[in-house]
Amino acid sequence: MFLTFCRIGGLTFGGGYAMLPMLQREVVEKYHWATDEELMDYYAIGQCTPGIIAVNTATFIGYRRKGIPGAIFATLGVIFPSLCIITVIAACLQNFSHIIYVQQAFAGIRVAVCALILDAIVKLWKKNVKSVWGIALFLIVLAVMIALDASPILVVIGAALVGLGLGRAGVKV
Amino acid sequence: MIVLWELFFEFFKAGLFAVGGGLATLPFLYDIASRYDWMSVESITDMVAISESTPGPLGVNMATYAGYHAYGVLGGVVATFALVLPSIIVIVIVAKILEKFKENRLVKDTFAGLRPCVTAMIAAACWQVMETTLFTIGDFMKTMNPADLINYKAMCLFILCYWLMRRYKKHPVVYIGGAAVCGIVFQMA
Repeated sequence: MFLTFCRIGGLTFGGGYAMLPMLQREVVEKYHWATDEELMDYYAIGQCTPGIIAVNTATFIGYRRKGIPGAIFATLGVIFPSLCIITVIAACLQNFSHIIYVQQAFAGIRVAVCALILDAIVKLWKKNVKSVWGIALFLIVLAVMIALDASPILVVIGAALVGLGLGRAGVKV
Repeated sequence: MIVLWELFFEFFKAGLFAVGGGLATLPFLYDIASRYDWMSVESITDMVAISESTPGPLGVNMATYAGYHAYGVLGGVVATFALVLPSIIVIVIVAKILEKFKENRLVKDTFAGLRPCVTAMIAAACWQVMETTLFTIGDFMKTMNPADLINYKAMCLFILCYWLMRRYKKHPVVYIGGAAVCGIVFQMA
């Protein structure tokens, strides 16, 4: 588990959401530690609890599989590569991000990350957006996030209330 | 020793109160930078750039960096651990509670609403990355020429990547490595 999350942490460029394709591949498809639906639940919880989403998600999966030791090892796994890489950069490279080859390589990587996330979203859409209500909720949240730059916490709380309300009314989302 | 305690305490606080991940830690980092001489405000800006170009979350990277400058390798380890400790505690508690109420109808309804929501939030985050990576909206606004709207090199690579992904379903690292090579060969920056 430590090694798996090391791999995920070491290959996630650009923070929390960029980890999703890696998580899907390793945690859902390869090891079956969680389903796509559960992954979304973890992200939702990670979104409204303190700390970094990547870390929160790793802790959650670790805990669900192997209790508190699992939580600790999964979390350490995710942060271990960053810890090593940044220590090396802080120790010897003052202007790492100014090196032209680094900039070029990462311009390419950012493009691949876009494609990877898009691919992940398509898979998630199939699993998580199943009804007209789901599509409506998806579109509203998308519009609110892009146009209004709303606080993720408020949006998550809002969607939770909508879910409760629709459940009450007997509608299946 | 006192420095280690200060590092632990400050980054524990940042980890506990920065809700929403990644960039939510920024205001806390600026606050720390203004009160201690572990890092400068400029180094935070640099760190955002480095974090975008190295694996791992920004908060973790910054804690390692500041800790290293304050107290060497041990400082880096302490600051990083302090940052993630609150998450571990909070998530373990949440996971415990959730386990108990998993079959509760209210919990089920809540998550039914959350799933499309989080999918949309990820789509919005994806759009923000695409906007700056694949499009050159800044140039377009200046010239109003539709030909200036798209970053052609990036768009070609994006379409190629996406097509290969759908077709071959290889491990993500294959595409990341390939794209890094393409970035250097075609001088994308």
